[in-house]
Amino acid sequence: MKITDGLGHISNWAAHGLAMAGKGNPWGGTSGGSGDGSDDGNDSGDDSGDGTDGETPADKPRGPRNPWLPGGGEPRRSAGIEDIFRHRGPEGPRRGGGGPGFRLPDAPGGRSWFPLAVLAIIAVWLGFSMFHQVGPKEEGIVTTFGKYSRTLQSGLNFTAPWPFQEVYVQNVSEIRIDNIPEGTGQKLMLTGDQNLVDLSYIVRWNIKNLAQYRFQLDDPAQTVRETAEAAMRASVGERKLNDVVSGAGRADIEQAVKTRMQDILNSYRAGVTIQGVEIRKTDPPKEVEDAFKNVTAAQQTAESYVNQAEATAQQVLARAQGDAVAFDKVYAQYKLAPEVTRRRMYYETMERVLRETDKTIVAAPNVTTYLPLPEMQRGAKQQASTPPASGDQQAGGQ
Amino acid sequence: MEQIWQTHKASIIAVGVAILALLMCFTVVPETEEAVIVRAGRPDPQVVNLYKPDQPLSHPGAGIVFRIPFYERLVRIDRRILNVDMEPQTVLSTDQLRLNVDAYARYRIIDPVKMVQTAGTLDTVETQLSAILSSVVRQELGRRSFASLLTAERGTTMLNIRRKLDTQAREYGAKVIDVRIKRADLPDGTPLQSAFDRMRTARDQEAKTILAQGQKNAQIIRADADAKAAKIYADAFNKDPKFYDFYRAMQSYDTVFSNGAEGSSAIILGPDNEYLKQFRGKP
Repeated sequence: MKITDGLGHISNWAAHGLAMAGKGNPWGGTSGGSGDGSDDGNDSGDDSGDGTDGETPADKPRGPRNPWLPGGGEPRRSAGIEDIFRHRGPEGPRRGGGGPGFRLPDAPGGRSWFPLAVLAIIAVWLGFSMFHQVGPKEEGIVTTFGKYSRTLQSGLNFTAPWPFQEVYVQNVSEIRIDNIPEGTGQKLMLTGDQNLVDLSYIVRWNIKNLAQYRFQLDDPAQTVRETAEAAMRASVGERKLNDVVSGAGRADIEQAVKTRMQDILNSYRAGVTIQGVEIRKTDPPKEVEDAFKNVTAAQQTAESYVNQAEATAQQVLARAQGDAVAFDKVYAQYKLAPEVTRRRMYYETMERVLRETDKTIVAAPNVTTYLPLPEMQRGAKQQASTPPASGDQQAGGQ
Repeated sequence: MEQIWQTHKASIIAVGVAILALLMCFTVVPETEEAVIVRAGRPDPQVVNLYKPDQPLSHPGAGIVFRIPFYERLVRIDRRILNVDMEPQTVLSTDQLRLNVDAYARYRIIDPVKMVQTAGTLDTVETQLSAILSSVVRQELGRRSFASLLTAERGTTMLNIRRKLDTQAREYGAKVIDVRIKRADLPDGTPLQSAFDRMRTARDQEAKTILAQGQKNAQIIRADADAKAAKIYADAFNKDPKFYDFYRAMQSYDTVFSNGAEGSSAIILGPDNEYLKQFRGKP
C-alpha cells in the first residue's frame, strides 16, 4: 500500500509541476518524519517488508538498470527521475532490511533526500518557467532561444521550460504618465517670437505592440520622453508667445505635439501609442511676471475707461430722449393754443426769474443813471482770478 | 546510485563532457541582437539575424546558432535603435546670438560586418558619432539666423544634419534614423537677461498701448452718444424751430437767473421791456 501511495504522489508531482509548489506540505511532512527518524523508519520497514515480496522483484530489475545502463535511451531525464523515486520506497527498506532497525531510518533518509531535492528544484523550475499567468492588462512575449515566437494574451499560458523558451510580461494597456519636467522647477522654452515661456506638460502613453516595444528600441521609455521634449520644443518654437499662453493656442499645441510624437515613434517602430499630451501650465518666466501683470492691469483699466464712457453715453442719451419727449409734449399743447401758451410760459418764467433777482427799473428814457458797473466788474474779476488774500474767502463763500 | 556511479563513472563523465562540448557549439542570438561570426579573425559576410527593414520581427535569423568553438567567434551587436546623445553645446548663429543646443540622434547598425571592421565595438561607434553630431550641429545651426532656428525652418535644418551625419555613420555600418534638437535655450547670464528685458519692455509697451486704446474707445463711445443725442434733439426741435427758440430761452433764463443759479444777479429793466408792456399800461 505504501509503495503505491508514494508512486501516486510522485507521478502527480511530475505531471503538475505547478501544483507541486503548492503542495509544499507533503515535503514538510516527510522532513519532519525523517528528523524523528525512528518512528517513520520502523513503520516503513515493517510495511515494506510485507509488501516488497509481491512487488519489488518485478520493479527492481527494471527500475535501476533501465535508465542508466543502456546509456540514456529515449527519455533519459524523466526515466531517471521516475526510477529514483520508484525506488525510494522499496530500496530503502530493502537495503536496510538486513541490518538493525537503527540504520534503517538514517540510510534511506540520507540517500533519498538528494533525489528529492533535485526533483524539487526541477519541479520549481518547471513550474515557474512553464506556466505563466498573464494579467488582464498584460501581454507576454515568448522567445524561443531568444527568437520571438508569439505573444501571450491574458490568462494562464504554457510554454516550454526556461532555457528553451522565455517569457517577458508587460503591462500593455495601462496608461503611463510622464510629467515633464519632473518636480516644480522652471522649464523655459523659446517661442517663435523669441520670447521665453515657462511650460510644463504631461504625456500619456501606452504600449501598442509589445514585440516592437521590446525589440525595436534600446530604451523605449527614455525615447518617449526625449521625443516629447523635441516635439514640444518644435511646436512651441513655431508659435508666438501669446498663442502659447492663451487657451486656444494650448489645445493646438497639445494636438500638434501628439501627432508629431506619434509620427516620430512610428518611424522608430516603437510600438507605442500616445494617448494624449496635456499642458499643465504655460506661464511667463518669473523674472518678467510683473510686466505681464501690468499688462493685465492695463487691460482692466482700459476696460474701466470704456465702461465709464458707456455709462456717460447712456446718461447723455437718456437726457436727450427725455428733453425731446418733454419738448414734444409741450409742443403738442402749444400747437393747440399757440399764443396763449406762449404768453403763459413767458410770464411764468419771468415770474420765477425776477422774483429771485435784484431789479432796477429805469422808467425815464432819457435820464442817465449811475450804474456801479466798475464795482460789479471788480467783484467778478476777483472771483475769476482768486487773488491771494480775499480770493480764498470769496471762493469758499461761493 | 552509488553502484551506478561506480560502475559507469567513465561513461557518465564522457557523456557530460560531450554535452558540454555540444553546448559550446551552440549559442543563442536573441531577437535584439545581430551577430557577426568572426572566423579565425576574419568576419563572415553572412550576418546572423541581420536587420531588414521589411522584416522587423520574427526574423528567421534569431535563435540558436551553430559555431565551431575556438575557431569561430561571435561578435554580438545590438540590433535595436540606439541613441547617441550630444554634449550640450553653445552655437553661434549668424546674427551673433548664442544658443545652448542639446540634440540626440537615433541610429541602427545595418551593416554589422563593416561596423566590426571599422569600429569594433558599439561604444566606439557611439563616441565617434557623438563627436560628429556635435560638429555637424554646430556647423548647420551656425549657418542660420537665430529666428530661423526657432521656426519651422528647423525641420529642414534637422534634415540636413541628419543627412550629413548619416553619410558619416555609413562608414561605420550605421544608419541614422533621426536627429532632433531636444533643447535650444538661451545661455544663462547676459543673453537670458537681455531676453527678459526685451520681454519686459515689450509687455510695458503692450500695457501702454492697451491703456491708450481704452481711452480712445471711451472717447469714441462718448462722441457717439453725443452725436446720437444731437440727432434726437434735432429731430424733436426741428418741428418748430421758432417755438424751440422761445421754449429753450425760457429754460435758459430759468437756469441762469432763477432760484439756485450761481451768483446773485441784478437786472435792470428798461421801460421798453416787453415784460413791462402791461406795467406801462400800453397795449
